[in-house]
Amino acid sequence: MTGAQIAASARAQRSVLPEASGRDRFYSTLFRLAMYGALGLAFLGLGAILYDVAVSGAPRLSVDFLTKFPSRIIPANSGVQSALLGTLYLMLICAVLVVPLGIATAIYLEEYADRDRWYNRLVEVNIQNLAAVPSVVYGILGLAFVVRGPIGLGNVLLAGGITLSLLVLPVVIIVAREAIRAVPPSIREGSLALGATQWQTIWKQVLPGSIAGIATGIILALSRAIGETAPLLVIGAAASPRFNPDGLLADFTALPIQIFVWTQDPNREFVELAAAAILVLMIVLLLMNSVAIVLRNRYEQKW
Amino acid sequence: MGVRTSLVRTPTARSRGEAAIRAALFLAAILSVVTTILIVFSLVRETISFFGDVPIADYLFGTKWTPLLAADQQSFGVIPIVYGTLYLTGIGLLVAVPLGLLCAIYLAEYARPRVRRVIKPILETLAGVPTIVFAYFALTFFTPEVVRGLGIQVNQFNALSAGIILGLLVLPTIASVAEDAMSAVPESLREGAFGLGASKLQVSLRIVFPAALSGIVAALILGASRAVGETVVIILIAGGQTANLGIDPRESYQSMAAFIAATSRGDIPTGSIKYETIFVVGFTLFAITLLLNAMSIRLVRRYRQVYE
Amino acid sequence: MRNHHVLTALLTTGALAFGVAACGDDEEPTSGGSSGAKTVEGLKGNIAIDGSSTVFPFAQAAAELFNEENPDVKISVGQSGTGGGFEKFCAGETDISDASRPIKDDEEAPICEKAGIKYGELQVANDGISIVTNKELTVDCLTTDQLKELWNKGSKVKSLKDIDPSLPDTELSLYGPGTDSGTFDFFTDEINGEEGVTREDYQASEDDNQLVTGVSGDPGGLGYFGFSYYEQNQDKLNLVGVGEDEGNCIKPSSETIQDGSYKPLSRPIFMYPSSKALARPEVKAFMDFVIANEPKIAEAANIIPMTEEQLSEAKSALQQAESGA
Repeated sequence: MTGAQIAASARAQRSVLPEASGRDRFYSTLFRLAMYGALGLAFLGLGAILYDVAVSGAPRLSVDFLTKFPSRIIPANSGVQSALLGTLYLMLICAVLVVPLGIATAIYLEEYADRDRWYNRLVEVNIQNLAAVPSVVYGILGLAFVVRGPIGLGNVLLAGGITLSLLVLPVVIIVAREAIRAVPPSIREGSLALGATQWQTIWKQVLPGSIAGIATGIILALSRAIGETAPLLVIGAAASPRFNPDGLLADFTALPIQIFVWTQDPNREFVELAAAAILVLMIVLLLMNSVAIVLRNRYEQKW
Repeated sequence: MGVRTSLVRTPTARSRGEAAIRAALFLAAILSVVTTILIVFSLVRETISFFGDVPIADYLFGTKWTPLLAADQQSFGVIPIVYGTLYLTGIGLLVAVPLGLLCAIYLAEYARPRVRRVIKPILETLAGVPTIVFAYFALTFFTPEVVRGLGIQVNQFNALSAGIILGLLVLPTIASVAEDAMSAVPESLREGAFGLGASKLQVSLRIVFPAALSGIVAALILGASRAVGETVVIILIAGGQTANLGIDPRESYQSMAAFIAATSRGDIPTGSIKYETIFVVGFTLFAITLLLNAMSIRLVRRYRQVYE
Repeated sequence: MRNHHVLTALLTTGALAFGVAACGDDEEPTSGGSSGAKTVEGLKGNIAIDGSSTVFPFAQAAAELFNEENPDVKISVGQSGTGGGFEKFCAGETDISDASRPIKDDEEAPICEKAGIKYGELQVANDGISIVTNKELTVDCLTTDQLKELWNKGSKVKSLKDIDPSLPDTELSLYGPGTDSGTFDFFTDEINGEEGVTREDYQASEDDNQLVTGVSGDPGGLGYFGFSYYEQNQDKLNLVGVGEDEGNCIKPSSETIQDGSYKPLSRPIFMYPSSKALARPEVKAFMDFVIANEPKIAEAANIIPMTEEQLSEAKSALQQAESGA
């Protein structure tokens, strides 16, 4: 065949790949339908949830709602001040406990620990296991050790904070380790070569380089902590208190608990209040997530 | 010759400081181990006390779970609530796994980059929605309007609602993690397959999916763990404080986590046998979770593909 | 390094938030005044109340109304159940115990005695246990014998038709309080003849609200709980009259419970303040307030108030307890 003839026949072909058979196309379409269906169902379901909450709760959102306390005698006058403040305090206690411990453990595991030692491997496996334990079991731990038992604080704010801290500590450690690991060895080696000690290297090079990832992880872990209901139920957070916790050893409640209590009330008014309280909780979480995303985008180090 | 050199490094203030820091950090790391020990210890102590009163065989193999009734009607067979947990998780996974994996395949293989950039963060945010939100929705809307609306006669507290909502709850997690695993498969594998004439469907299902299998299995087990440990949805929706060994999803069932939370709300005094049941069940739950986690680690290792 | 600034910014924001939160203490008084409550200048303190979920709305309403005049007294009300409440009370953990049945002389009172806790027993309101069914399950009357047949240990009754062929044969979904509940104790004692004896296959919950939701949601729902929970949800539930025999079925209402004609499921409900707590001015003021304003509180909480006679008896019981007898 001449070159021209070959070119002509090549042009005549539509594609170099073999034509898909009818059967293949049928399955492909079927699969696409299944995928879109799945996507649609998933988002329909999840969207319906958020929509329902928004529609039920929005009418009851107001500054009043944020500043009042739950009322038994006039449900319409109820508010979430005690619950909101309880949640914020819990978050603070968690942060205070979890940030130093989590980062310290992550630094140790990544920078100092000799992986061949059995006790270091034990710590690693341990942390992975702890991250998978259901939150209810942490509630039991809190009940047995912090509320009653040796520490014996009673069902107070500090007990709730400690329990939630234990819950999210493994997650913070894992995330911090990832962030530290992302810093390339060359940075460390350069620092050491210039005569810095290991700690100086960590403090001045590795940590600053990974702080964005660590901060993001901490914020996400904290948002998980304040969304948890089960551990607080087991510990015995108060139901609808009409006062704010006035110290670490005070009775407390939190938004998830308040929502839980109100949702169960057959009185329709309280159920609507529950939806509004959910909106408050979601707004808090959204704010935290946004902060995390902004942090990640602005300060993330690309190596 | 006149200069003395020493091959032994004398401890300087610098290196002592370093050693101190290292020790401090080690102590922090140990705390995690301490936590586990505490969990196990608190659970085990009460568990042992419990088995002083109730024979282990009765607990493990008994089929009646009525620990809160009066003494002569009490029964401590744990099988009904383990069954309840698995039953509810099963329904949940039935919903979450197919939907979640299909969503993951779509995002990883078919979606345009712009679509993916929007949907992926939404999925990750949804994975973080507190479970109480799902429970609220199921109780106030799903059971009365949707399920009853479809004409299915269910109890107010039933496993069908609970299971479906549970599925919706773990779906974002499964989809997100599975999608990560599939995205991590190098393009070269796909391109090679395309070059050999494979269709997109074949590439997705026969090349990418098996290659990402370890990550996908991890996603599934992660979802299962979350479902097993879920408390609030079950309390509010599957409701029963009576354990059930049936198979009708229109009835109510009880899960281990829900039992623990519901019982400890009644504020049972320390030392009573009812108090101990919280711990025994907690220990059982803990053991099951560890088992799932160990399975996950082993399966991931077995199927892990090392790309170049 | 600019990344240190991120950490500093986070810490500062956290500290600021803490500061704002700590200053954000504001309480809105609810509407309505009350009589006979003396605003002693600066009454302060904490009052811990726990116990029956039947008494819970009453205690909560009392706390709220009391707070209108005395905003600095923090009153926390729990609902661990009558039994659970007494455990805590006799362990010295609470100041006042709510109960929907009297304290048990054989089991609970001795514990309090051993711990040196003296207390007063005050009736604060009346309650009746109502038998309710789903709106679609129409039944007007059940005798106590029929109730026993339905609820007794070992009962295999699946539908009301099993008890009385003229009644509907819808399959029943039974709901009732859990075993820590005074309501449970009282009901089993009166109906089944012995406290704690019951059939086992019913949906139990310590939370009366869950019971209401359950019964009103299932076409075959049937349950028992405090009358006030029925009253608040009348539109969702069907009230069943109870009679000692066929002819004379009485439905619970304010009148029939107060005058005792709703038998045998009428009962007084109590608050037990400890003498030690009453020595504190805020607790004394609170209990005085409760007795002085009982009808108003009962109305606010949808609970049946006491008769004049019961009220004066409660007053003298309170005086006795306050004097430390």
